[in-house]
Amino acid sequence: MTRKTPEPVQVIKQRRDAALSALVDGVPYIHYLGVTFDRRGDELTAVLPFDDKLIGNPFLPAIHGGVTAAFLEITAMITLNWTWLWEDIESGVLDAEEMVAGKLPRLPKTIDFTVDYLRSGLPRDAYARARVNRSGRRYASVQVEAWQDNRDRPFAAANAHFLMPRS
Amino acid sequence: MTADKARIARQFIETIPHSKALGMRITDIGDGSATIVMPYDARFIGDPETGVIHGGAVSALMDTCGGAAVMSHPQSPTGTATINLRIDYMRPAAPGQAITARAECYHITRNVAFVRATATDDDTENPVACATGAFTVEAQA
Repeated sequence: MTRKTPEPVQVIKQRRDAALSALVDGVPYIHYLGVTFDRRGDELTAVLPFDDKLIGNPFLPAIHGGVTAAFLEITAMITLNWTWLWEDIESGVLDAEEMVAGKLPRLPKTIDFTVDYLRSGLPRDAYARARVNRSGRRYASVQVEAWQDNRDRPFAAANAHFLMPRS
Repeated sequence: MTADKARIARQFIETIPHSKALGMRITDIGDGSATIVMPYDARFIGDPETGVIHGGAVSALMDTCGGAAVMSHPQSPTGTATINLRIDYMRPAAPGQAITARAECYHITRNVAFVRATATDDDTENPVACATGAFTVEAQA
């Protein structure tokens, strides 16, 4: 019995990184906040490097609640897009190079977003990961958490619902 | 007294670096309500294909406006922090138009302030987004 030769590691990495960058780099607001994504296999971690323009309370100082909300929303949305498109990216149904060139499929839209502020965001880098709790034909529910120094002490958490594009 | 409070709240909001970065401007504030305008800016686009502003920027506007409403409430000391905020996105904001948020602190206790907010573009009859939130009422120093 012959087994299909696995793809070379560079090919896989190149494809996945290209597809991720297509989803992230084209969005001006993500770039404006300075959010980037670390990828380990299919797991994404969003990174928000601290910057003075992110401050909400100059006396503490603390990260603006709106920045925290936006960071969580970006993480939820990109993770949902990524999870949703993963199989098509892996199978080649979606061409990563074409995605980079701007040919993106229609993407889910946010219906609502609920954020819990658990601690004040300190003036340092923040990280976030999302989990797609349900991704159906029409609706998706995504949970997301952000932390700074300590993964077990999140400073904000959110739940978001999305409308999936009609196929 | 109330006018003074409004002035303090306005000054505070206008010194927030991130609100300034997003170009937010208070157009009305006092007695537990606030109106803030955020001009259209290509840097805050969420969908490059349509030019629609990112939901995150709308969240930042709603959060700031909610906080401003709480701070301007006669029964609230000057400081506040968001406990939770829920935003419903009803439609994409029209590209090229400013987004105006109006927030009202409709109930306040010793510890918690409850806020409702609406965001609109030029079509003021059909809101872009609605929000409800709970904010802390900081103990008087």
